[in-house]
Amino acid sequence: MFVLRMNKTFAELGFPGRLVAIEGLDGSGKSTQIHLLQRWLEQQGLRVFFSEWSSSELVHSATTKAKKQTLLTPTTFSLIHATDFADRYERQFLPLLRAGYLVLCDRYVFTAFARDTVRGCSQPWVRGLYSFAALPDATFFLKMHLDVLLQRVKSVRKELKYFEAGLDLKLSIDPEESYRIFQGRLLEQYLGMSSEFGFYNIDASKPVESQQTVIREVLAARLDLNAFLKD
Amino acid sequence: MPKPKQPRRRAPLVAEPIPVPSPGQRRFYGQGVPNIDVSLLSGRLIVVEGADGSGRSTQIARLVRWLEARGHATTQVGLKRSMLVAEELDAAKGGNILSHTTMSLFYATDFADQLENTILPALRAGFMVLADRYIYTLMARDLVRGMDEAWLRNLYGIALVPDAVFYLRVSPEQLVQRTFAKKHVLDYWESGMDLGLSRDMFDSFLKYQGMIAETFQRLQGIYDFEIIDGDRPAEEVSGELQQKIEAVLRGSVGGT
Repeated sequence: MFVLRMNKTFAELGFPGRLVAIEGLDGSGKSTQIHLLQRWLEQQGLRVFFSEWSSSELVHSATTKAKKQTLLTPTTFSLIHATDFADRYERQFLPLLRAGYLVLCDRYVFTAFARDTVRGCSQPWVRGLYSFAALPDATFFLKMHLDVLLQRVKSVRKELKYFEAGLDLKLSIDPEESYRIFQGRLLEQYLGMSSEFGFYNIDASKPVESQQTVIREVLAARLDLNAFLKD
Repeated sequence: MPKPKQPRRRAPLVAEPIPVPSPGQRRFYGQGVPNIDVSLLSGRLIVVEGADGSGRSTQIARLVRWLEARGHATTQVGLKRSMLVAEELDAAKGGNILSHTTMSLFYATDFADQLENTILPALRAGFMVLADRYIYTLMARDLVRGMDEAWLRNLYGIALVPDAVFYLRVSPEQLVQRTFAKKHVLDYWESGMDLGLSRDMFDSFLKYQGMIAETFQRLQGIYDFEIIDGDRPAEEVSGELQQKIEAVLRGSVGGT
């Protein structure tokens, strides 16, 4: 069967800008790391833009409404997030990358590849859906053992979130058990993609500073950061 | 003084047995949606496609009356009727700010929601589902706007193959006349004004509807739907539709 997918990065497509993505399970510290990275790059006087998964305004109203009412099926869950992504991709990423920006993404298409597949959508279908999007020029994956992650998540919030625990999938009536099964499956997906797409795996159980050092080093070695200096 | 009406004499009403449609092979166009056992879908999915003013709603209303009189339960679906994103779609259309891919995915979300929450449950319950347009209109609109066909076919691989698809073909000139007869104004989107075909709306309408009709012609090769001459009077069109649906009701599902 013909499989529709994108296999080029922005650099390979000839964009002057570069896109850097950070991926990982909920609670692995993605936002912290990307925030610190953004601070550093901005301080260096580079053109930087940051974007978060499911943050497009128009789509936001639909996703929150749907999540509250838990109306979503795996298919509509997938489509609504793809809509959000497309909106940010075409209205923000593409123009900024044409203008030579460094675009930092807290989650990219891999989040959808992992989540939607675990929710039961067909993998070729999901990948086809996102085939309009070029691959990041660098992807960091914050890798962490499930037990450590669960401890960390429980220490910050009283209750596990509905979708993050995969409660919609009816894997178990016990939220913690459901969380383990669901996040375990996600982790499997991420590990598979890590070799397929060449992620930089970061040991997320290390101190924040150590992780950030690795991320900055890798990025500086991989990209010519001075090319993104503001005029 | 008018004579009191004599009650008309006629034979007592006899309830004929209503044929129950038999289930059969069903399939999705592509990957389909998860967690659905297609063998349980015993109803019939009948799609009526066509531009605004092609007489779709008139024909669907007639079909509903006809099918119900014959003892079949019906449900109707259409584009932009899902609670999930209808408001957002309207807002987006009003502002005309979203890119094609985003709009396309928004419409696909609306479609998927109705598919899973209305169409599939109704078919499982043995209903006749009448769809006022289906994926073909969505695809045609996107194709004339330059979207990738392989991408669209993958996207709509979630759709169930209907039992019958009728495309009411009406010439663009007729469409203009019918639209004016109804509301004296051409719709921005139905005129394809976002495509910049012409500053003149009348001109743009004709060009755009022509392009859509051509695209449908091409889609017919892939999706195999019946083209119905919609330039004829409504009664004639419904006569033809009823005749064709009779066959769908008699046969097993998956006729297309």
